[in-house]
Amino acid sequence: MEFITQIFSYPFARRAIIVGLLLSVSAALLGVNLVLKRFSMLGDGLSHVSFGAAAVGLALGVAPLGFSIPIVIVAAFLLLRLKQNSKINGDAATAIVSSSALAVGITVATLTTGMNTDISNYMFGSILALGKSEVIIAAVCGALIIAVYILFYQKIFTTAFDEDFAAVTGVKVKWYSSINAILTAVTVVIGMRVMGALLISSIITFPALSSMRICKHYKCTVIVAAVVSVISFLTGLLLSFAFDIPAGAAVVLTNLAAFLILSLIGKVKQI
Amino acid sequence: MNIIEVKNLSAFYENRMVFENVEFTVTEGDYLCIVGENGSGKTTLMKTLLGFDIKHTGTIKFNGFTKREIGWLPQKTQHQKDFPASINEVVMSGFAGGGFFGARYNKAQKEQANQNMKLLDIESLAEKSFSELSGGQQQKVLLCRALCAAKKVLLLDEPVTGLDQSSAEEMYALIKKLNKSGIAIIMISHDISRAVSEAEHILSLSDNSFFFGTDSEYIQHTKEDI
Repeated sequence: MEFITQIFSYPFARRAIIVGLLLSVSAALLGVNLVLKRFSMLGDGLSHVSFGAAAVGLALGVAPLGFSIPIVIVAAFLLLRLKQNSKINGDAATAIVSSSALAVGITVATLTTGMNTDISNYMFGSILALGKSEVIIAAVCGALIIAVYILFYQKIFTTAFDEDFAAVTGVKVKWYSSINAILTAVTVVIGMRVMGALLISSIITFPALSSMRICKHYKCTVIVAAVVSVISFLTGLLLSFAFDIPAGAAVVLTNLAAFLILSLIGKVKQI
Repeated sequence: MNIIEVKNLSAFYENRMVFENVEFTVTEGDYLCIVGENGSGKTTLMKTLLGFDIKHTGTIKFNGFTKREIGWLPQKTQHQKDFPASINEVVMSGFAGGGFFGARYNKAQKEQANQNMKLLDIESLAEKSFSELSGGQQQKVLLCRALCAAKKVLLLDEPVTGLDQSSAEEMYALIKKLNKSGIAIIMISHDISRAVSEAEHILSLSDNSFFFGTDSEYIQHTKEDI
């Protein structure tokens, strides 16, 4: 207990917890639909684009986040569009975009600033590096995602279950997929700061997959995913402080543990 | 009274004309089957009616309802197989189109959904998961969703495809029952003989031509062809 109060006395830790909680809920909510619509790798692709953009931003001497967000939003639109255009396989496109962006980032970084701690922070995440602006962006984005989910819940479900039917019955499907792309992009960029480019996609996909082990209803899936995500994040963060391991890796490991536990519960329930 | 009037309708897919100058009407409480070979344009016609982004010329007129109030039963998609959703959630989603916000459904909609589930004899499944049901049950659930969205007409896209004999019979019987209750049915089918025995009107699409008339006129028409 003393350990926990001690952690809360550091401003950087408080910032990490606030951003992390908002991030966990946002990523889990967005993740449910991405996983269900077979877009699991989108987060991964976007995180690499985000890394590439941040590296270029650093080289140009502009704010890496401000530089990344619009670029990642554009990438999210393109990748989501590619999925609809069946001429190019969306999966393959994500793989190409992902590795190309990473290569651009590494090349630019090596030629200019060098592979310094800043670059490494974007790769593997750093909770120490979180500034006020990130807290504000995370808060706005998190609040927006939760509000959109509650206000348009039925339309979001209908679209996720059957996009064509939703469009026919009058749901503004294109509008929702655009909002989805923007919010996913912002979540990935913020998430990259905490989790690192290489690990952020796990907090998008893990909670959804974990909750689908035990939930048969959509509402249950969404709620359990958010709860699992928050618990995994807090546990991971505490472990990272206690054992001095990177927060991103610790959070992925707690998510993995949650997934295994829920898989087991799901199996037992079936018997 | 005609509730749907289609005149001079031609549709294009990638700049190729799929069908030309098709004309037909649907009356209140009608039962129309759209038949034709694969590639004859049944799906394109369906999508044009539903307002998908299909290049077309000619006019489609709906009387007393909008195209959003067509109850559409699409074919199942691949990702629905492991989608966590209760039957209740799926059926209620037939109401999702109305209004700007959509946090929850109102009481009238819930009652309507319950009534429709009773009508199709799936109310006992309400809390079950969609992915756990058999193909025939899933199809009934999607029919129920279409019914919630429908005002006057149901548009069914090959509703018995992939079903075993007894589920298919049950499906045909349910469709008949809905039709008897006053809802017009438009069914796309490739089972021509069954279409003739079920429907009152037939729209047959084939390369460069089409036929529209009653089922007996259609039988006459096909005899003349041979």
